[in-house]
Amino acid sequence: MFMIYKIFAFCLLYFCSHSIVAQEAILIKNATLLTITDGVKEDTDILLKNGKIESIGENLSYGGATEIDATGKFVMPGIVDAHSHVGIDAVNEATNPVTAEVFVGDAINPYQVAIYRALAGGVTVSHAMHGSANAIGGQCETMKHRYGALNPAALKMEGAPRTIKFALGENPMRVHGENKKVAPASRMGMEQTFRRAFAEAKIYTSEMEAFKAGKSKKAPLYSLRSETLMDIINGDIIIHCHSYRADEILMLMKVLEDYGIEKICFQHVNEGFKIAPELAAFGAYASVFSDWWAYKFEVYYSTAYNAAILTRNGVITSINSDDRELMRHLYHEASKTQRYGNLTDNEALRLITINPAIQLGIEKRVGSLEKGKDADVVIFEGHPLSIYCKPIMTIVDGVICFDYVNDPSDMRLDIDPSEELPAFYEQDHDHEDSCMEGVHLH
Amino acid sequence: MKILMISIYKTLLLCFFLCLATFGLSQMVEKSTAGPFLLKNGTIHTITNGIVKGDLLIEGMKIKSIGTNLESDEAKILDCTDLHIYPGMIDGGTTLGLSEISSISLTKDYNEPGDFTPHMEALTAVNPNSVNIPVTRTNGVTTVLSVPSGGLFPGRAALIHLHGYTPQQMFAGFKSHVLKFPSSGKKHRWDRRKPEEIKKDYKDQQKKLNDFWKSAVQFSKIDSAANKQGKILNSYNPQLASLSDVVKGEAPLIIDVNKKDDILVAIDFVTRNKIQAIFSGVSEGYLIADSLVKYDIPVIVGPILSLPSRTSDRFDVAYKNAGELLKAGVKLCIKTNENENVRNLPFNAGFAANYGMGTDEAMKAITINAAEIFGLEKEIGSLENGKKANLYICDGDPFEMKTSITHLFINGFNVPIENRHTLLHDEFLERSPGLQK
Repeated sequence: MFMIYKIFAFCLLYFCSHSIVAQEAILIKNATLLTITDGVKEDTDILLKNGKIESIGENLSYGGATEIDATGKFVMPGIVDAHSHVGIDAVNEATNPVTAEVFVGDAINPYQVAIYRALAGGVTVSHAMHGSANAIGGQCETMKHRYGALNPAALKMEGAPRTIKFALGENPMRVHGENKKVAPASRMGMEQTFRRAFAEAKIYTSEMEAFKAGKSKKAPLYSLRSETLMDIINGDIIIHCHSYRADEILMLMKVLEDYGIEKICFQHVNEGFKIAPELAAFGAYASVFSDWWAYKFEVYYSTAYNAAILTRNGVITSINSDDRELMRHLYHEASKTQRYGNLTDNEALRLITINPAIQLGIEKRVGSLEKGKDADVVIFEGHPLSIYCKPIMTIVDGVICFDYVNDPSDMRLDIDPSEELPAFYEQDHDHEDSCMEGVHLH
Repeated sequence: MKILMISIYKTLLLCFFLCLATFGLSQMVEKSTAGPFLLKNGTIHTITNGIVKGDLLIEGMKIKSIGTNLESDEAKILDCTDLHIYPGMIDGGTTLGLSEISSISLTKDYNEPGDFTPHMEALTAVNPNSVNIPVTRTNGVTTVLSVPSGGLFPGRAALIHLHGYTPQQMFAGFKSHVLKFPSSGKKHRWDRRKPEEIKKDYKDQQKKLNDFWKSAVQFSKIDSAANKQGKILNSYNPQLASLSDVVKGEAPLIIDVNKKDDILVAIDFVTRNKIQAIFSGVSEGYLIADSLVKYDIPVIVGPILSLPSRTSDRFDVAYKNAGELLKAGVKLCIKTNENENVRNLPFNAGFAANYGMGTDEAMKAITINAAEIFGLEKEIGSLENGKKANLYICDGDPFEMKTSITHLFINGFNVPIENRHTLLHDEFLERSPGLQK
């Protein structure tokens, strides 16, 4: 009986919920466009058609298009968050220091209201990452915030390069060394964990190749872990590595150099500013917090000027959230680089648009307002770097997914009819917790 | 042997800290300088008397005078043309000074085990040398409430100015006991308790609170009676004794409460017991603002940059809460609930300003209103003759991230705009050597 009720409720929701209805075309008129890659264009129109930016110019018109008057408003590309755990129901597979075989894309939850709240802050793409419990964690998912789509697969950004989570320092040391008494228990053990994993993957691959070539009769036991690690060595997967201290970052760059691996984005990288020249020389990217620090010892020697110092030293840098609250105001986080480091408007905006897009390998699709790119745009009242700005409309693939004026208050897609008490949370603001979600230390 | 081991251990520990201290030397901020100071030709945002163009003279710890063409023989002169002068911001709830690195429990001093530890004094544990303090004040935050937590009565919070060598030098003149009111909601997203467990815990907590309160009232009566007869109670009960002034309604009690139903229960609790209450948190205050007005309860709202507490809430309820409370007529100030990032107080206020409160009212909330709520409106919270010289100078609207804070004065001292973050910036922006070995 209860089951029937649930099914009924589900169907009702399915039809009533704000489901994706693609307008054929949206024409935003008379806006100030913050294109990111082509300067600021005042009193300009932008036409979105079939999910793409069709054209940018003055006095555009298109029959049948939904027109939005954006006089006095700012339009910027959808914000890209290179580090989040929103939209997935499993974050950590904390069972082994190396779990390259798991994939957070298997745990997408399109119902999370956090996705809508991110849209309300102008975020259209996020990088849903595995947690930081393991030296080599699981593979991550680059997600489009197509809130309203009920099929988990619909949130995957088709064609986005594969990415994987690595983690250095205290978290993997705590989970494995301190808790399970296995390596890595120190930053020395961290290095050897990576070296062993890559070496074993190479041995596995040569055995597999020998078998396939008929040179060996015995095939190695199939290992998705080793296959994945080999894909990293072959440059098919971008590494996104949770890291804080300068020494551990230098260590990993040396290991990668030894294996000829080039694609890496260091995440958090609180001490990146100390080795900005080395990061730039390697061609490594950095994705940082605007101002988080001191919540653990490895971030005690931090500076909020990190993003500015990295930028000035030529490192492609982004500002991420790693937090469902912070994610709602990345525009504000980016603006802090103007207090801490005097970045220009465009430099600051790059930190949350084209730069994270480059770090995810999706810069040809998103991150700037250019003809032919995905129709992911945000309309702001006030300049997005001012405290007095408000995101008022967020569009993903040409579909309005957030509308400040017209959206109802309750934007959940699912409601638990069995819930006795309406969920109320006293606090939900703990640094780092989301990166260690699902880890139970004894 | 054992004693020897311990002393070796102690020596090693001492060496470790000495090493830390030497390392820290390169990151110590410069010394503050004493006045008098004459700030010339600034735009003075007095808060209580509008905006004045003119001069401000600091003598000793105080603002000596505000006016035009002020002169002083001894004062160091600071040209403030094109600059703005504001009173220092006040944060109504932090753990600043009480914690250094939150993941290392031995650096945390705001929490004692047990539900009833009202005799704990936050001021005792304030570390004047916390690295987090200079990081905070350089954004214009000069005064914060340092609040203990854990259990129902975690101790007494203390208001401190962010300058001084001892807790007593920093003390701003306001203390208040804190009550974490029993909550009928979940603690956080990962709270796995079943609904019946939450209900039971809530009832247990309510009972504990009411029983303890009865004991405190009883204790206070006996104590007063004994005092009148010139006797001294020969039993040591610091928990109950420390609440004596609160139960008599002679000292304030900050009550941390958020959920609508819980706020209503808390209002009943304070009116029934005639408590001088200040509510804190109050994330669903906007739903029962009228009751807060009716019973004249001031509130410390925040953090403004928070998630909604319910999945069904509109995404911006936390941004709007302060504005709606203000419209209803509630007296309020703002808190960040932060430690190392109390420096975000102006941005919390800025979000409240943008989502309904307006800039002037948001500025009042973190200056004069906070001072009033803490009973210090004659000393801090605005720029007026005779008030404490807690102020900062900046080149624009302090809520805007683009604005720079150029000078800072606390207790009349000129405090350098330096902290670990600026020093690391200065050292590493252009590293030398760069890539060479």
